Amino acid sequence: MRVSRWLADRWVMIVALLVLGYLALPIAVVAALSFNRPSSRLSYDFHEFTLDNWRHPCATTDMCDAVLRSVQIGFVATVVATVLGTLMAFALVRHRFRGRSGINLLIFLPMATPELVMGTSLLALFVSAGVPQGFWTLVIAHVMFCVSFVVVTVKARLAGMDRRLEEAAMDLYASEWHTFRLVTLPLVWPGIVAAALLAFSLSFDDFIVTNFNAGTTVTFPMYVWGAAQRGIPPQVNVVGTAMFGIALLLVGVSSLRARRSAR
Amino acid sequence: MGHESPAGDLRLTNLTKRFGVLTAVDDLDLTVPQGSFFALLGASGCGKTTTLRMIAGLEAPTSGQVLLGDRDIARLRPYQRPVNTVFQSYALFPHLDVAENVAFGLRRRGIRNVDDQVRRMLALVQLDGSGRRRPAQLSGGQQQRVALARALVNHPRVLLLDEPLGALDLKLRRQMQIELRRIQNEVGITFVHVTHDQEEAMTMADTVAVMNAGRIEQLGAPADLYEFPATAFVANFLGQSNLLAAEAAGPAGADVPVTAHGARFSLPVGRARSDRGAVYLGVRPEKLHLAGSADQVPDGHQHVDGVVTDASYVGVSTQYLIRTGWGSELVAFAANSGLGQRFPVGAPVAAHWDPRHAFLLPREPGPTDDRPDRPAARRAGEGAVANAPRHLLRRVVRPAKRRGAA
Ligand SMILES: Nc1ncnc2c1ncn2[C@@H]1O[C@H](COP(=O)(O)OP(=O)(O)O)[C@@H](O)[C@H]1O
Ligand SMILES: [Mg+2]
Repeated sequence: MRVSRWLADRWVMIVALLVLGYLALPIAVVAALSFNRPSSRLSYDFHEFTLDNWRHPCATTDMCDAVLRSVQIGFVATVVATVLGTLMAFALVRHRFRGRSGINLLIFLPMATPELVMGTSLLALFVSAGVPQGFWTLVIAHVMFCVSFVVVTVKARLAGMDRRLEEAAMDLYASEWHTFRLVTLPLVWPGIVAAALLAFSLSFDDFIVTNFNAGTTVTFPMYVWGAAQRGIPPQVNVVGTAMFGIALLLVGVSSLRARRSAR
Repeated sequence: MGHESPAGDLRLTNLTKRFGVLTAVDDLDLTVPQGSFFALLGASGCGKTTTLRMIAGLEAPTSGQVLLGDRDIARLRPYQRPVNTVFQSYALFPHLDVAENVAFGLRRRGIRNVDDQVRRMLALVQLDGSGRRRPAQLSGGQQQRVALARALVNHPRVLLLDEPLGALDLKLRRQMQIELRRIQNEVGITFVHVTHDQEEAMTMADTVAVMNAGRIEQLGAPADLYEFPATAFVANFLGQSNLLAAEAAGPAGADVPVTAHGARFSLPVGRARSDRGAVYLGVRPEKLHLAGSADQVPDGHQHVDGVVTDASYVGVSTQYLIRTGWGSELVAFAANSGLGQRFPVGAPVAAHWDPRHAFLLPREPGPTDDRPDRPAARRAGEGAVANAPRHLLRRVVRPAKRRGAA
């Protein structure tokens, strides 16, 4: 009786904790293994605590090259996809033109298409067009699937914005450009930042599309895949944990700033 | 408004705005004298906001002119017009603090030292010391003041206010009405105040324009509009009126004789908006007096006989419903001054009035119900009815069930 009452009062909390635990467990394992000195190349159990992996993350130079390559591709793809996607979102929300609904649908295609299909068709395209595969084909491929997510994210933010704020700015002697820079952009900015972060993380860990279009370029996910056959170096866990830490930091900073500006 | 416009008058000439097939503003002509407090009064959906937006430059007119002094500003961009707006929903910039919201217009015009002006303006709207706060942290009334300060600090030639008090509760609204009057007196800027609240328009404005279905029905000082409305719409939108369907056959001497439901009445020529054909004979409820019998009606007054069907005591006055011999109901307000007689429900009375207080309005010929046409409520659809002031929804003169008219 009392137990069931206790459960009834707290079951939402309990379920939430279980879900959180379920989500966090793999990350916890990765973080733990980043401090591991494995007993052999192919063993994955926690053998001995060490800080060596963190002290020498680039002990395996191939891996660091791959991380650098992924960051470069991710950066270029993010910038291009964010700029393009933001412009598209503005066009789709602010203007009525022929083919608008068609484009809205087309935007969803890369999100709905299986990556395998996207990867192979891009491969076919590049090969038949005679484009040598490598860094730039990867950038093109990543921009392609990132742009959809950027459009959707920025569009949501833009659609939620009160048009009267821009009218008020114009009424208060702000030209179209000043209105955009002083009112529209600051208000849409959080959406753009969120979209960019999303684009970067999508690009950074993409494997399937990348694998088809990489040529001889090796990205971080491809390196990990290859290494899995021979035994993954523990530094991979360092990279994983660091990525997670940086993401957590960014989220923390942005929510702190949001709370401060609300005050 | 026959005079030639001096330098700063705002004039709308033949202003029209169509949205597809809908004509939101229909060939509007209007002069707002410089420095006046002008109210644009009308039911929801009659085109008030659209009119303001065309003056502000946020909506391009389909045709017509917006003249400020002798300059046509209808084709200028909003930021090129010496006009500022207080928006219906305030539209404060959420990412800027109160001081920056107020300073926005000044900075855009390249003014350097804005702090002093901002501080003075915040003091004017009684928000001293709130400069560093965000709009979201302010109450509705405070946000409203910020919106006002943000517009006023620019010293526009014309300030447009779109139902600025609509979102405030009654008490705050009364307070802000007085406040707005005070501020307008102080700054001397032309205020164009849009509202659907007739009481607000009457108490605040020097001049009221009653708008209906995209047109101005009547324009004038509040007392003139109230004492001598030009149309049945105005007679019932601005306060209440008893309107008797009547027929007139032209003036006879200084008077216009009319026939209503077989009885004969008359009123001075100067009180007739129309003196021939189908008309309404109108009397305001507070100008309709009750007497116990026809002998007690003062000399010179005219009367109809009836029976009291309802008497509601509302403190300062008692509101009577009187059913006439032909079956319609009249409303009479009697001040509870302690001087007059009180009448119980069922008492036979003579409802009388001074003909100089009555008025004659044109009426669409047709069935002779004593029921004024209500164009706003009809044409603007359901929304308008829901948002209309309550007095609009109450039938003042209603045709009661016709009992065996013995
Ligand atoms: N942008 C628009 N597109 C189409 N119709 C509009 C637009 N703006 C206003 N209207 C219509 O014009 C009429 C007048 O609207 P509005 O000026 O907002 O009335 P009010 O402010 O008096 O309530 C309404 O019927 C409204 O639906
Ligand atoms: Mg409106």
